[in-house]
Amino acid sequence: MLSEFKMPKEALIPVIGEVTDIRIDTPDVKTFRVVTPDGKKAFDHMPGQCAMLSVPGVGEAMFSITSSPTNTEYMEFSIKKCGCVTDWLHQMEVGQQITIRGPYGNAFPVDTAFAGKDMLFIAGGIGLAPLRSVINYCRHYRDRYGKIDIVYGSRSRADLVDYNEILTEWMTDDGINVHLTIDREEEGWDGHVGFVPNYVKELGFSTDKTAILCGPPIMIKFTLAGLQELGFAKEQVYTTLELRMKCGIGKCGRCNVGSKYVCKDGPVFRCDEIDELPDEY
Amino acid sequence: MQTVTRDLLLTKAAELLDNGTVNRVYGWQKGEFDYDVTPALFTTKEELEKNFIYNDFCGANFSLYLVKEAVKEGKVLVFLKPCDTYSFNQLLTEHRFDREKVYAVGIPCDGMADIRLIEETVGEGITGVETDGDELVVHTLYEGDVKLSRADYLAERCRVCKSKKHVAYDELIGEDGDVIDSARFDEVAKIEAMTPDERFAFWQDQLSRCIRCNACRDVCPACTCEKCVFGNPKSGVENKAVSDSFEEKMFHIIRAFHVAGRCTDCGECSRVCPQHIPLHLLNRKFIKDINAFYGEYQAGETVGSRAPLVDYTEGDMEPGEAVESVGGGKDA
Amino acid sequence: MRKCALANKNALLAAMAKTAKLYVPTDGADEKSRDVNSRLAGAYYAEWKDGAELSKKLNTTRSPKDFFFPQTENMMTFKMTGKKLEIFDTRREHENFILFGVKACDVRSFTVLDNVFLTDPVDSYYANRRAHGTIVSMACTKPAGTCFCRTFGIDAADPEGDVVCWEDAEWIYLTAKTEKGEKLMAALADVTEECADDAADAVKTLVNERLDKLPLADLKSDAFGGGKTDTFFNDPAWNELSEACLGCGTCTFVCPTCQCYDIKDFNTGREVIRFRCWDSCMYSDFTMMAHGTNRPNHVQRFRQRFMHKLVYYPENNGGLFSCVGCGRCLSRCPISMNIVKVMKKLGGNKNAE
Repeated sequence: MLSEFKMPKEALIPVIGEVTDIRIDTPDVKTFRVVTPDGKKAFDHMPGQCAMLSVPGVGEAMFSITSSPTNTEYMEFSIKKCGCVTDWLHQMEVGQQITIRGPYGNAFPVDTAFAGKDMLFIAGGIGLAPLRSVINYCRHYRDRYGKIDIVYGSRSRADLVDYNEILTEWMTDDGINVHLTIDREEEGWDGHVGFVPNYVKELGFSTDKTAILCGPPIMIKFTLAGLQELGFAKEQVYTTLELRMKCGIGKCGRCNVGSKYVCKDGPVFRCDEIDELPDEY
Repeated sequence: MQTVTRDLLLTKAAELLDNGTVNRVYGWQKGEFDYDVTPALFTTKEELEKNFIYNDFCGANFSLYLVKEAVKEGKVLVFLKPCDTYSFNQLLTEHRFDREKVYAVGIPCDGMADIRLIEETVGEGITGVETDGDELVVHTLYEGDVKLSRADYLAERCRVCKSKKHVAYDELIGEDGDVIDSARFDEVAKIEAMTPDERFAFWQDQLSRCIRCNACRDVCPACTCEKCVFGNPKSGVENKAVSDSFEEKMFHIIRAFHVAGRCTDCGECSRVCPQHIPLHLLNRKFIKDINAFYGEYQAGETVGSRAPLVDYTEGDMEPGEAVESVGGGKDA
Repeated sequence: MRKCALANKNALLAAMAKTAKLYVPTDGADEKSRDVNSRLAGAYYAEWKDGAELSKKLNTTRSPKDFFFPQTENMMTFKMTGKKLEIFDTRREHENFILFGVKACDVRSFTVLDNVFLTDPVDSYYANRRAHGTIVSMACTKPAGTCFCRTFGIDAADPEGDVVCWEDAEWIYLTAKTEKGEKLMAALADVTEECADDAADAVKTLVNERLDKLPLADLKSDAFGGGKTDTFFNDPAWNELSEACLGCGTCTFVCPTCQCYDIKDFNTGREVIRFRCWDSCMYSDFTMMAHGTNRPNHVQRFRQRFMHKLVYYPENNGGLFSCVGCGRCLSRCPISMNIVKVMKKLGGNKNAE
C-alpha cells in the first residue's frame, strides 16, 4: 500500500436527508422540506442550483432547489410526479429519510448580471420551482434589484404551485407585480385567461428588464419569440435546461450537449449561449 | 471464391434501379481494407459503381435491416445469400416487414471468410485479403503475402453450412443449391459429452468474457422486439448491469430461450461478438433438442410455419420424457 | 536504461510480481475451449503466474481501462429500516498492482480518462485505483494494419508510462519515466543490467519505419478539434454513416477512452447496493427521461459519440482528442463502421489524402 495515499472525498456518496414537511401544492406537485438528521440544512447553495435526491433501491434524480439560499434552516423541493423516483417521493410520509447530495450546477447571476436590474420572471407550471428560489432571494435583498414583475401561468387554478405564498407574500410586497394566468376559463377565477406567451406580449414589458424563463419547452420557445418581438435581446433572457443526469458532476456523460455538460455548466443558460449549443437539448 | 461476381450484382442492381422496380439497394460498401465491409444503402448507379463491393467478407445478414427499410417509401433491393433467406422467411412469419416493399435477389454463396481466424494465423499486420480460386492471399506488413487455404478460414457457420438452397426470392442469380446434411451439431455434441461440472466451467469461462455490449441481440434477426426487456429500466433486469458473476449468463440463456424455435442458426451472434463467445452453440443446442423431441424443424424454411414450441400436437413428448431424453442432462 | 535478456523474461516478471500484483496480456482461451470455440481467442489481461506464456498479439481485445474504471463497481450500500436510512461507505484502499505490456495508445487513454475522473471533484474510485497502479508500457514492435495512433500524436516507438520497455530479438530494455517507475526499477536491479541510454534506439528506428508504412499512416486529425461543432454537426453524411449501425455498445465498450457510466441500485433484500456500470451514448435509453429523450433518433446518438471524441472533448481538454487510434473499433464493430471512416468522410480530402 502507498502510505501517502489518502482517499479523496467522494461527491457521489450522499448524506442522509430527513423529510420534515410535505405540502400538497397541486394534484401532481408536492413540496418537500429536507434537513439533515440533526435538523440542519444539508449544504448551502445559490438560486438556480440543484441537488440529487435518491431513494435507495428506487433511484436517484436531479431536482432544482426551490427554497431561497436566504433560508438558513432547511431546503425545499417542489416536485412533480412523473417517474419512478418522483412517484416514490409522492407516496412517502413525513419523517422519511432519503439521500441528498449537491449543490450542483451554476446559478443565476443574482449578484452580478442581475444586480440593480428590473427583473421579469416568467414561469409555466412546475417551472416556478427553480424561479421561486431566485424570486425569494430578490425579495430578501429587495434593495439590490429594481422593479420585479412575475408572470406565472398554469393549466388551471389548481395547478398553480405555491399559490398561497404568491397571494399572501408576493402580491402584498411593494414593487412586485404578479400577473397570473390560467389556460382555460373556470368558475371562481376572475384573473387573466390565456397562454403565458400571449399574456407576456399583451402585458408588453419595457425592454430594459432582465427576463428569466422557466417552464415546458414549448412555452419557452414561444415566450422567447414573444419577448424578441417586444424588443428583448437574447442576452437579456435567461432560462434553465433539463436533461437526464446520473452523476451531477460532469463525468457520466449523459447531459453532454456540444462541449457543455448541463449538470455543471448549466442548468442556467443565457438564451444567446443556448444558441451556440448544437440543437440537441 | 464466390461464383457470383461484383460486376454481375452491379449490373442487376443498375437494371432494377433503371426500370424502376426498386428505388434503392441494400448492399455492401467497401472499406479501408478488403475485409471491413459495411452494409449500406445505395440510391444511384454512380454510388454503386464507386463503393459497392462483393467479396469473401460480405457475411452480414441483410434480412434484419428490412424491418426498418420496409417502412420507407418505395421498394428496396436486397441481395440474400441462402442462409439469409431463412431469416427473411422467419421475419415474414412474424409479420416484421411488408413483403411488397422488398425485392429479393437470391445469390449463391460459397461461404464467407472470417478475418478473425486469418488474424489468429498470420497476426495483425494485415493490409488486405484477396481471393484467388481456393486460396486466400493475405497481404501483410511483416510476412509479405501469405497464402491460406480458403476452406480453412471460412466462418464457422459456413464450414458447417446447412443450406445452399434459397427458400425465398423474387429472382435468383446463378443456380440454386441444396439443403446440406451438415456437421453443425458436432460441437454441440462435444459439449453434451462433458460432465455437468465441465460444461458449467466451459460456459462460465466463455460467458464471463461478456461485456454486455448487446451486439448479439442487436444483430439477431430473431431479436426484433421494439423494446427489449433488457432495455427496460423498470424490468429489473435492464442491460449494462453485471450485479454478480452469474448475471450476464442469465442474459444469454434467457435470450437463447426467447429465440428458441425461431432462431434459423444464421450465426450472426457469434460473428459479431467482440469477445469471441460461441453464442450460436446455445441456440444450436435448442435446435438439436427440438429436432430430437418433436421431429426435424428448420425455422424460416417456409413462411407461416408453426414452430413446434408454439404448436401442440397429440404426439408431443411429455416434459418428463424430454428431460430424460437425449442431451437433457442425463448425468446431471 | 537497463536491460534484461529475453530468455530471462520470466525472472523479470517474477521480480515485478514480488512488489505487487502483476497483470500481463495472455491468450484468452485454453486448448479445450478453442477446440469447441472455432479456434478463436483474443488476448486478455490476466494475473501473471510463474512461467505464464504472454500473448503474442499486438494488443488485448478489451482495453486496460477496466483496471481503473471497471465495467461494474460497487460504490456504497444502504440499509433502510422503516423510515430510517443508513449509508455505508464501502470504499477500501486498493491493493498495489502493475500492468505490464501496455501499448502507447492505451497509456495515452489513461491521460484521457484522467482528465475526466481526476479533475475536481475527483472521482475517488478511479483515483484510488490509479494511485495504486504502475504502468509498464511496451513499444509496438509490430503495429497492426488497423493502427493509427500517430494521427493523434502518440508515439508507439516511445510510449509514455511509469516504466517503458522495448524488445528486440535478444533483450528487453527498460527505463523509468516517473517516480513510481523508479521505485519499480529499483526492485528489478538484480534481474536487469545497466546499458547505454541509446540501447533501444535501433528498436525505435525500426518501429518508426514500420509506422511510416501503415495503411492508415496518412490519416490526419487536423480538420477536427475544439470549436468545430458548427463545421460538422449538421453534415448530411451522418445519415449515411449511421445507416447500418446496430446501436449496440461494442465500440463503446472496447474503446479505451469511452467513459460514460450509469449509476444503479440493486436491492439484495438485505441491503441496497449502489453500483455504477459502463454505459453507451449509442443506447436509446441513455438520455431517456420520464418525459422523453433529447436524442430520439439513431443518427443523433451515433453523431454524439464521434463528435464527443473529435470536437467536444478536445474543446474542453486543450485540444487533446479522446481517440488514441488503437484500432479496436475497427476490428470489432459488427458492421465495420468506425472512427476512421467517419474522419475520412467528414474531414473530406484533407483527411483522405
